[in-house]
Parts: sequence; structure tokens; C-alpha cells
Amino acid sequence: MNGRCPNVGKLTAVNEPGAVVARDLVKVFAKGSVRALDGLSFEVEAGTVFGLLGPNGSGKTTAVRILSTILTPDEGSASILGNDVVKRAAVVRRSIGLAGQYATVDENLTGHENLRMVGRLSHLEKKAASTRADELLGQFGLADAANRTLKTYSGGMRRRLDLAAALVGRPPVLFLDEPTTGLDPQSRQDLWVVIEQLVGVGTTVLLTTQYLEEADRLAHQLLVIDHGKAIAEGTPAELKATLGTTVVSVTFADSATAERAVGLLDPLVAGSPILDGNSVDLTVEAGPKVAAEALRTLDQHQVEVAGLALREPSLDDVFLSLTGHRSEGLEFDEPEQGGDHKAAPTPGYIGFDENLAGR
Amino acid sequence: MTTADLRPLSAPAVAPGHRLKWLLSDVATMTWRNLVALTRIPESLFFATLQPIMFVLLFRFVFGGAISTGVPGVTYVDFLMPGIFVQTVCFGAVSTSIGLADDLQKGLIERFRALPMARSAVLGGRTTADLVRNVFVVAIMTGVGYLVGFRITTNFFLYLVGVVILLLFAYALSWGFACIGLSAPNAETAQVISFPILFPLTFASSAFVPVSSMPGWLQAFATYQPVSVVVDAARSLMLGGAYTSTRHVLGALAWSLGLLVVLVPLAVRQYRRTA
Repeated sequence: MNGRCPNVGKLTAVNEPGAVVARDLVKVFAKGSVRALDGLSFEVEAGTVFGLLGPNGSGKTTAVRILSTILTPDEGSASILGNDVVKRAAVVRRSIGLAGQYATVDENLTGHENLRMVGRLSHLEKKAASTRADELLGQFGLADAANRTLKTYSGGMRRRLDLAAALVGRPPVLFLDEPTTGLDPQSRQDLWVVIEQLVGVGTTVLLTTQYLEEADRLAHQLLVIDHGKAIAEGTPAELKATLGTTVVSVTFADSATAERAVGLLDPLVAGSPILDGNSVDLTVEAGPKVAAEALRTLDQHQVEVAGLALREPSLDDVFLSLTGHRSEGLEFDEPEQGGDHKAAPTPGYIGFDENLAGR
Repeated sequence: MTTADLRPLSAPAVAPGHRLKWLLSDVATMTWRNLVALTRIPESLFFATLQPIMFVLLFRFVFGGAISTGVPGVTYVDFLMPGIFVQTVCFGAVSTSIGLADDLQKGLIERFRALPMARSAVLGGRTTADLVRNVFVVAIMTGVGYLVGFRITTNFFLYLVGVVILLLFAYALSWGFACIGLSAPNAETAQVISFPILFPLTFASSAFVPVSSMPGWLQAFATYQPVSVVVDAARSLMLGGAYTSTRHVLGALAWSLGLLVVLVPLAVRQYRRTA
């Protein structure tokens, strides 16, 4: 820890409790060997988007599952619009919508049937459930596919239907668990627009994501978590300011040279340079200026530079500067989550994800 | 193009005092969903129907000639049909475990858990859908049985009572297989776990051969185990004559109700724990 860790545990100062409140949540999996959540607290102000940012296995999904009454916490408590998620789970379920990173819709049913089913299970009358299904299919550009079974849907269509399913009961609080993971850039943009619309009309959104870009665009407030604990909280602007906006990455012929360079480059950054194999990363505000200084310094000490790159900080950089370790990605799988989305995390670059960069 | 009102409801609709209505509605919705899914995989429906038909033909024409009913005047096909009805509906319970394991694996149960629906409706809908499927299968098998010589020797009403009794038993068994489905990591495992339970129960029973033809040590099991009791009850109601036995009819009802009393809470508890 290098003292740059901003605002840890600071809660938004509000007079009334937030729409979503989590207090000291603890959840232990795999017979006590994995603390998925380790005293996580946060509060989401009504009508805002709160971003929960972290690598795979950091506890994001576990937090969402507890808040949406799917799991019960081992310790701590949580409430939605003042209703405790354990004691008043039935009431909570009427005020939430959940869209997951796994499109949880029935692939043997058509789009319309899926939404009608969710409507009926949300206790809408038959007619109302059918009308709502029609409206949402139209809204999400799925009207033409309404009577096709989901087997024929693309990944993006499924994700839109999943989000539509979460909106059937017109919930005031919406949980979006990695809503755009695995989506193509266009679908991702489309989904962002819908989420912005929802917030525009007063929906409170809790969003989990691995992408800084997504968090930056959508969230009013961000909480970075790792190993089930909060490691930083603030607005996207605040977080970026503390983290620096550019990474200067200097590559050397071998790791011994890189190690030598660390000492030389140390005065150029507020924190400390990060050594990774035969390259050294500096997270700074003024990228080009620091890059030039770095080259001058290294040249003066006759350290040969093999390569130099300027890039936007990735999620990995955030974790490195906040925690001093790389995000471990697959340290454990949360139970009941099959699928292959749990591959090593893709570094999401602020401003341009590598998927978008190609466009 | 229609557009949806995206504004959230400040006070989401609550329907107080309608708990029973919504419980039944939830079970009906889940039953509907499972039955629709069934029709969307015609291959699976086709083979699910074909297999019992092949069993009827296999026992009627291949093994039947070598098996004596032990009762003069009773043909093997008459002896066989009540037994094979029970065997088939028992195997139908496997689809309960496969269906639930599949829903868990695909994350659908997650969605259901976050909805204001009744907790027990996922299980209720699954078992009810499997019951409806069993009704359909028994009807088809009766038709095939008739084509190969099976005749009800009591009357149609008693035949129907027999069908109700064996369907009730299969329904109770479904709740047991729901527990298996909820604890299995995937559908394939759920299926593999189910067969070692079903094979001894259905084959070491009075379904296909008279128990008296088995070795003594096996007879003890085969006579008293629930599948035999239900088969004997079905024979009593469908064939009458030497097979008439009120004791077995009551015994079959007792087994079914007893299993339901034990298995329903067990499955519901398992569902609540599975997260």
C-alpha cells in the first residue's frame, strides 16, 4: 500500500438511507476456505448509478446475489428501499430487477413467452403480462423476433431480452451484473443507451463491471473491490485523478536492466514504478512529459531502452496501484456460475476498450 | 413500433390476501413453461414416447413367451400392462431431476429466486408438468397395449382408478428425484444418479414377473417394496379376479401419501438451501 488509496470506506453523506444499503457483508464459500465478501459496506443514493468495479472473483456477483435475495449473508445486513433483504425478502423481490452476466432466459421459449412468464411470476394479470411483453420487445428492438425461440437469438439479443425481463415489473431498483461482458461493441453501446434512459426516469442502478470505460460512462459513484473488500471509492473523475491518467511503459532487453531502471525512474512518479518482467510501468498525469524525462534519465545513466509505450490505464493498472498486486482473475469460481465467461480478465482501457478501438 | 413505459413504479403492485391464488398461478405458470419447453424439443418427446412402446413390444413378444403368469387363464400381456405402466411412470421421474439440474446449471433458478413468485412453485411446476406428461404416456401405452392384446378385465372406471393410483405414486417419486436434481452438479449427473435407484425398484418387483419365481432372499424385498405394492394395486383394479386385493390398493395409497409427506418438505428445504 502506498498511501494513495483514496477514500476507503467513505460513505456518501446523505441524510436519508440510500436506495441500496450494504453493511459489513460477509459471505464465506467452500466450507470456510473462501471469503467471497469480507466486510463490504456501501450505500447507493436513489436515482443514481453505482458501479461496483473489480476483477473476476472479487466478490461483485456475490454482493449482487445477496442484495437480490438469492443468497443470504453470513454476517452483516443489507436493505433495498429500507427493506431488509433477509427479513423482508418477499417485499424486496417486488422492487428489484436483475439482469445477469449469464443471460438467464429459457431458451426453449420464445421471446414473448419468456417475458410473459416473468410477468406472470411477477404477479401481473394475464392481459397485463402479455401487453408488457409486447411493449418491452418493441422497446428493445426484438418485436420481429418475438415469436422465435431463444435458440435462434444472438448473444446481444439474448442480453437485451434478459434486461427486458428484469424490467417487466417496472422495478425502482435494478441490478446489472456485468451487463455487457462478452458483447460486441455495437450491442454494448445500445445497452448503455438503454441504461441511461432508465436512470433518466428515476431508476436506481447497481452495476458491476470489469470495464473502467463502462463504469466511467455510466456510474455516478464507484467502488473498487478486491477479495471482497472495498479498496477505493469515489466518483469516476476522483478515481482517475488519484490513479493518474496515463501509463508510461518502458521495456528493456532483460529483467536485470529493468530492475536497475526502477530506482532511476522512481523520482518521476508520485507512487512507485511497477516492475513487471522486463518492463517498468509508471502511472502518471502528464504522460508525454514523463516519457521524455524517463528517456533522458535513462540515457544519462546509459540504460538502453528496448521500447516505450503510452497507454490509458487498464483495470490491471488500477489494481496494481491500489493493491500492489495484479488482479488474480480466476482465484476461485463463485458457485452456480457455469459458462466460460470466467476466463482471464480482459484489461479494459479507459476511453477505449480494445474491442472499440478497432472500430 | 410499440414502446414500453420505462418509468419505475414507486410502489410496486402488491396483491395482499391473494397468496393462495398467486401460489396456484405460479405453479400453473411453471407447469406451462415446462410443458411448452417439452413440445419445443420434438426429438426428446418422440423418444420419450417411443421407449415405453418398445418396452411393451419387447416384453410382449420377446420375453413374454418365456414368462408364466402363474395364474390360469391370465395371459402375459394382461399381467404385463399394469406393471409396465408403473415402470414407465417411475422412470418418468428422472425427467424431474434432469429438468431441475438443467435449470440450476443454466442460471434460470437464479432469475426465479429474485422474482416475487412462490418459493415452492419451481418444484410444484416441474413435478406437475411431469405428471401431465405421465398421463399422456399412459394413454399412449394403453392404446399400444390394446393393439397387442391387452384387455381390461374389470371395468373402465376401475382402470381409471388404477391409473390415478399409479400416477400419484409417480408424482410422489418425482419429489424425491427433485432432491437429486437439486443436488446434482449438472443434468447428466442427475440422470446417472437416478438409474441405480430406479432399476432395482422397478425390475426387482412384481412388474414383469411373478415374485414367486424369484429366489427367496429377493422375494422378501420384491414383495414389500413400494413399486410391487403399486403394481399389485394396479392389477387388482385393472384385472380383478385372482389379483383382487384391497390391501394392495390401500397400501399403494399409503406409500404415495407417506412419500409425499416426507419428500415434499425435503425437496423444498433442499431448494431453499441450494443457492
